[in-house]
Amino acid sequence: MTANAFEVKSVSYHYEDAAGLDGVSLTVAAGEKVALLGANGSGKSTMLKILDGLILPNEGTVAAFGEKLTEETLNDEGFSKAFRRRVGFVFQNPEAQLFSSSVWEEIAFGPLHLGLEHDEIITRVEDTMHILGINHLKDRPPYHLSGGEKKKVALASVLAINPEVLLLDEPSAGLDPKTEDFLIHLISDLNRAGKTVITATQDLGIVPQIASRAIVLGEDHRLSGAGPAGEVLGDEELLRLANLVHYHAHEHDGLRHYHPHSHVEEHDHH
Amino acid sequence: MPDQDPSKTAPPTGLPAWMGGARPATVMAAVPGRRRKDSAVQKTIEGIAAALKTSVFSEKIASRPGLLQKMDPRAKAVSLLGLLVAAALVRQPLILLGLYAVTTAAAGASRISLKFFLKRVWLFIPVFAGLIVLPSIFNVVKAGDPLLTIWNFGHEVRLGPWSLGTSIAITKQGLTGAAILVLRVAVSVSLAVLLALTTRWSDLLKALRVLFVPRVFILILSMTYRYIFLLLDLAAEMFTARRSRMVGPSSPREDRHFAAASIGTLLGKSHALSEEVYAAMVSRGYDGEPLSLRRFHMRGPDWLLALAAAAAAAAAIGADRLLG
Repeated sequence: MTANAFEVKSVSYHYEDAAGLDGVSLTVAAGEKVALLGANGSGKSTMLKILDGLILPNEGTVAAFGEKLTEETLNDEGFSKAFRRRVGFVFQNPEAQLFSSSVWEEIAFGPLHLGLEHDEIITRVEDTMHILGINHLKDRPPYHLSGGEKKKVALASVLAINPEVLLLDEPSAGLDPKTEDFLIHLISDLNRAGKTVITATQDLGIVPQIASRAIVLGEDHRLSGAGPAGEVLGDEELLRLANLVHYHAHEHDGLRHYHPHSHVEEHDHH
Repeated sequence: MPDQDPSKTAPPTGLPAWMGGARPATVMAAVPGRRRKDSAVQKTIEGIAAALKTSVFSEKIASRPGLLQKMDPRAKAVSLLGLLVAAALVRQPLILLGLYAVTTAAAGASRISLKFFLKRVWLFIPVFAGLIVLPSIFNVVKAGDPLLTIWNFGHEVRLGPWSLGTSIAITKQGLTGAAILVLRVAVSVSLAVLLALTTRWSDLLKALRVLFVPRVFILILSMTYRYIFLLLDLAAEMFTARRSRMVGPSSPREDRHFAAASIGTLLGKSHALSEEVYAAMVSRGYDGEPLSLRRFHMRGPDWLLALAAAAAAAAAIGADRLLG
């Protein structure tokens, strides 16, 4: 067995009218927690979709758990079921992910389609709802929920599969501070439980808690840098080039000056 | 920040001059004007969205403990098919009425309110069957014994090579034919509505699969179901967003123009959305095969239902042949 969850080599992906990724290589070890950083449109979502085998790169190769992801392997029912059981993807837009008629059925969808036993499915759905505190929503249609609730249901629908790898696309976007805090703790707990967590985000403030390593995608859709999360967050030049920080005006004693401003830590501005 | 005269406040750097400052207070003061009424187009979209949310998607009736809800979806689907065939073959209005009575009784036993059921069915019939069948009740279209004369010309009227006869009248044969067609449609629609109302969507799809409906057809059906709601919501939101930027009422012409433009936008969005929804389904193991947690068991009552439906269908066709 290989120690790497993913090996991506020189991957390029082009959309019809725009580039998605350009020659990106990266490796994610099993059990790692990694943040995929980049500005809007830098290719974070595209990379997650490639890692989940939902789209195939135009150039380059991608392997999961030592097996190459190709049209052939993904069309193989046995491989595809095993792969889907091991990798879970929480989409940025929960609307796309919630399509069942009740929250209960939504969470059961994954385990059911991945061929779990009837009783096991029921246990998993109940447990997942309990962890996320959404028991009271179980009979509600998912599209009637609030934004935060939708996000929790979307996460529950993936956690019920119990994948080894979690791909999270902007999980903290649009959450209130309490829910965001809950989510960050959950991600850390899941990682401690042995899961590989890859989070695409531009919310630098949550990176120290959700990642030990950070990978930065530039606006040119190429890899701008990678390294321990603390180092990457400290590299202001790298973050500024990737458009993840902006210059912010400060006034000290009536004098106005500019310095780069990331939202890594909250501090007062005047 | 100290209060300042808004007109003297310079906008922060980068903003155009017209964007700074507050408005003079008079703008917000009550100005008498026409009240804005919702347009027909907007009402329609909001109506459809609300109706779909409450009726189609909630599956409230399907989760009630009624007669048909307890039945195996496969037994229901087969029974429906048998009765549909009977309704299509029967030519006696009385027998069709009998089939309709049976269907309505089944709706009652399944705890569907009679008013709701009748409304669901008869709302469509004037549009789909009534309009088509209307011309055939007149002697101008189909000759027959006049029942009610509407216009007497007193002499033969010719329209080029066609003769309109000496009068326009509703005929007995035309009326019977129309009644049979409307009844047949009513029975068929009632049966389909009954099956759809008393069966959960995922179970219904699974039952269709058992009845050898091709997988690709079921896939298309389930995808349609899954994002039609999102699209309607999007359309309703687009109308609301437009209204928030509008002053005064819009003309029906403008509304229609906007609706036409929205359809284009929605088509693009629906394409993107369908790909996203499908990707999310695939990511969680979907491979085109509809699955449901509920296990199907054909028990005594299910066989009984299928047999009863088959017997009813056979009896209806037999009686029809005897009478006709």
